[in-house]
Amino acid sequence: MGVSSVSSVVDTLRLTAEEAAGLVERKEVTGAELHRAYLDAAAERDPELHCYLRLVDEPNGDGVPVALKDVISTHGIETTAGSKILAGYVPQFDSTVAARCKAAGLPIIGKTNTDEFAMGSSTENSAYGPTRNPWDPERVPGGSGGGSAAAVSAGLAPWALGSDTGGSIKQPSALCGNVGLRPTYGTVSRYGIVAFASSLDQVGPVAKNVRDCALLYSLIAGRDERDSTTVELPEPVRLPEGEDLSGLRIGVPKELNEAEGIEPGVTTAVQNAIELARSLGAEVGECELPRSVEYGLACYYLIAPAEASSNLARYDGVRYGLRVDGESYREMVERTRDVGFGDEPKRRIMLGTYALSAGYFDAFYGQAQKVRTVIAREHAAAFERFDVLVSPTSPTVAFKLGEKAANPLAMYLSDLLTIPSCMAGLPGLNVPCGLSEGLPVGLQLIGPQFSENTLFRTGHALEQAIGFDPVPERLR
Amino acid sequence: MTWQPVVGLEIHVQLKTRTKMFCRCANGFGGGENTQTCPVCLALPGALPVPNRIALEWTLKLGLALGCEIPKRAVFARKNYFYPDSPKGYQISQYDLPSCVNGRMLVPSSAGDHEVGIVRAHLEEDAAKTVHVGGRTGRIGGAEHSLVDFNRVGTPLVEIVTGPDIHSSEDARRFLQLLRQTIVELGISDAEMEKGTLRVDANVSVRPAGSAELRTRCELKNMNSFRFVAQGIDAEVARQIAVYEAGGEVVQETYDFDASSGALTARRSKEEADDYRYFPEPDLVPVEPPAELVERLRGELPELPSVRIRRLERELDLDRALVLVTGGLDRLYEATVAAGAEPLPVANLIANRLATSAGDAVDASQLALLVGARDRIPRAVLDDALSHIDEPGFEAAPYLAQEAVSDTGELEPVIARIIDANPGQVAAYRGGKEGLLGFFVGQVLKETGGKANARVVSELVRERLGA
Amino acid sequence: MAITREEVLHVAKLARLELSGDEVERLTLELGAILEAVGKVAELDLDDVPPTSHPLELVNAWREDEPYDSLGLDAVFANAPQREDDLFRVPPTT
Ligand SMILES: [Mg+2]
Ligand SMILES: [Zn+2]
Repeated sequence: MGVSSVSSVVDTLRLTAEEAAGLVERKEVTGAELHRAYLDAAAERDPELHCYLRLVDEPNGDGVPVALKDVISTHGIETTAGSKILAGYVPQFDSTVAARCKAAGLPIIGKTNTDEFAMGSSTENSAYGPTRNPWDPERVPGGSGGGSAAAVSAGLAPWALGSDTGGSIKQPSALCGNVGLRPTYGTVSRYGIVAFASSLDQVGPVAKNVRDCALLYSLIAGRDERDSTTVELPEPVRLPEGEDLSGLRIGVPKELNEAEGIEPGVTTAVQNAIELARSLGAEVGECELPRSVEYGLACYYLIAPAEASSNLARYDGVRYGLRVDGESYREMVERTRDVGFGDEPKRRIMLGTYALSAGYFDAFYGQAQKVRTVIAREHAAAFERFDVLVSPTSPTVAFKLGEKAANPLAMYLSDLLTIPSCMAGLPGLNVPCGLSEGLPVGLQLIGPQFSENTLFRTGHALEQAIGFDPVPERLR
Repeated sequence: MTWQPVVGLEIHVQLKTRTKMFCRCANGFGGGENTQTCPVCLALPGALPVPNRIALEWTLKLGLALGCEIPKRAVFARKNYFYPDSPKGYQISQYDLPSCVNGRMLVPSSAGDHEVGIVRAHLEEDAAKTVHVGGRTGRIGGAEHSLVDFNRVGTPLVEIVTGPDIHSSEDARRFLQLLRQTIVELGISDAEMEKGTLRVDANVSVRPAGSAELRTRCELKNMNSFRFVAQGIDAEVARQIAVYEAGGEVVQETYDFDASSGALTARRSKEEADDYRYFPEPDLVPVEPPAELVERLRGELPELPSVRIRRLERELDLDRALVLVTGGLDRLYEATVAAGAEPLPVANLIANRLATSAGDAVDASQLALLVGARDRIPRAVLDDALSHIDEPGFEAAPYLAQEAVSDTGELEPVIARIIDANPGQVAAYRGGKEGLLGFFVGQVLKETGGKANARVVSELVRERLGA
Repeated sequence: MAITREEVLHVAKLARLELSGDEVERLTLELGAILEAVGKVAELDLDDVPPTSHPLELVNAWREDEPYDSLGLDAVFANAPQREDDLFRVPPTT
């Protein structure tokens, strides 16, 4: 089959991963042709969008290609985490998720852009330049997994993996109009994921629809003997089919839905989705997460930087990565880290080092760990009454490049709504629920630990009812 | 004023597990530089630690042997510091929740059992090996660059911290000998200071005798034998006493002990105080040893060296008992005595004539026969027998059949010849150097090809030279 | 919650970051603002609340003491900034 006839079968903008797998299975296209189709799409659109830090020309499997966020170590393929300090670093081993993708026959199509060390909410903090939103290239795709989310929306990958510490899968999915899952902490291996904050980091799928998302999750989830914080899934992943929500109890946390800074267009789209859920048979009620929302952000910006300050200590110019020479070992390390890290990692390393240092530990890190307990308890109480909690994923639609870049605190507020559930290790699914000002609005579904199947069922039913077109208007 | 030394020890023991603490690289010497390394122990981006079950069990076992309580929960923490030997930029170590706490070890001494408190025993990982190269003096200060071998990084390490309960260098040495023997008998480490599988730091202070205060202490490092630990403590105690007696104050400091000169060198104090920013290791979950596991490990403990010393002391003096136990020879001693031999000669013969390694292979009943016949058979035959005694199937009988020459008629002429040939030694002996008796006996034994009965020769020589 | 320039310099030393002059000024302001915001956690009285260091209540995750193959020297040094024989070379640790 020639290239021209492939492109008539493979509309990368519309094709879901499940459909792509069907094409390969029915031998309508080969895996190599599929791979080529996405490379062609990238050749056409990536110069503008900059979703990829690098592409892989030769497929290493016959299945549906997958894009991996550049914090995911890939044997023999440069992995930089969006940082200059890892420029040229070529992992000599595969992360567990990369290995599982390979084992499932999914060739890696490329490594996607990310805020440096996954620290950011706009992908503007990448040392290699920002990614742009396929819906409006003047705007950010969200972050830190903006590269993965934008690649899926722009038809440059059928699906992708991201990593989420405080919202880095859910928020870019919301801003790019696709489906993203932050899994329950411990269900996906972190082995080989360039660490940001170990007690929060979690890898998850980004896809065009909920079924693809569930399918990719099923390929990567489950205990890994190389990550002692992982567990076996209590039940297998079920691909969602039904379109009704009878019997489902949906809670609407007041604070997550009425927080200051939520744009009216976002509220409208989310409320429409909640009404749809009711019409599909769900019971909807109000609930409260007062301290989770009020203190969640502060808690996160103590714990995550503290862990990051320690996780990023290994970038010392000794064994790999950038080295800037000095007269002494110490001088070399200080210069390497000064030159190698961008502003945001430096800020967080400083903040985290301060929060852990003698005299401040109890007031900052210690207290934040207790707040974390409070957050977990509030959510547990809500889940005694509800199966799923809903809210906007992001308070705003995609914002303009540069709009928040100069003000770290304003940028941190982008994750206000995603952070609380992350602190409690809970799974969260973003499902597009409409447009506001022509830009996608994301609905956040949060469930108790290990409730991914419930989230998929809810998300799938809503997705069918909402009928959101995931292809950016300007690319249709 | 008389002063009392106050010493606490910090001991690091490398466990001889097959694999490292947090990765499955082979543990121990042998491989070429950096060949026993992997993503985890090189701290490549994304690598994660997974604890070694055996290392955890051995830590508990050691703690139990030291009379420790095993808390319900132990937690690994990160100790953050930058150094090329620390690839992650932190060491994983138990911090506020260690595996073993609040133990004690009884150290027998002439004044009765002396109790040394074990504050804690916790599990951590060793650092890499850094070599300093170049520079005129060859010392670290003059190095031009450093080289790092990561083979050692991640070796499981148990750190044992004693209370400030040791009051002499001799007690410190005895404590360490017993601790070492305990570790060796548990089979968890070779515990050899020369190889660095056992490392000792000493915290030393002094106080007026009779007082209970704890004064400023100094830390001694870099001592690589028990003897040097004792020498280092003595030197530091003397230094501190001199400081106080001159009206000065001891300043907290870390010293390296140089065994060749006996000198203490203060380490250059750091620009800033250590701030390790400990926090719970988020890549690892807590350890909660199941009660059945703790009980199983307790059941596997061998009888402790200090208990055995106490038992041996009923028949032997403390020093002999200590030598036998810390040489791993006391079980052979007890079996040989049980087989009917006299305690003191058995102890002497075992302690002086058998290698530590031979202990387990020797048949006590055969040894008892040899001990019983030691004066009857020629010295050379006894030596010959002892050199074969650890071989399988060894029988004493053929050796016992060879009576030593005790016939004075045969021995007298030989003795006369030796005395005539050594007038100088004869004069010295008669002048009071009685230790020379052994010289004459040795010469006679040599002359008779080891066949003479040493006891008889000794009596005859004394007779001839006496007056 | 303000942070002083001296504290910023001290923390930068602990974190081994060589900061340029204007970075110190900027970080002093930024960290001051961020610490003010995150200092909010101190408002809560949580004396009786246990800390959470881990979102799942797991214990006793360990592995057997069985060796695997180490990396091999080519892979070990594949990304090394400076190698001397089979060792990693660094400037003097003085
Ligand atoms: Mg230690
Ligand atoms: Zn290793």
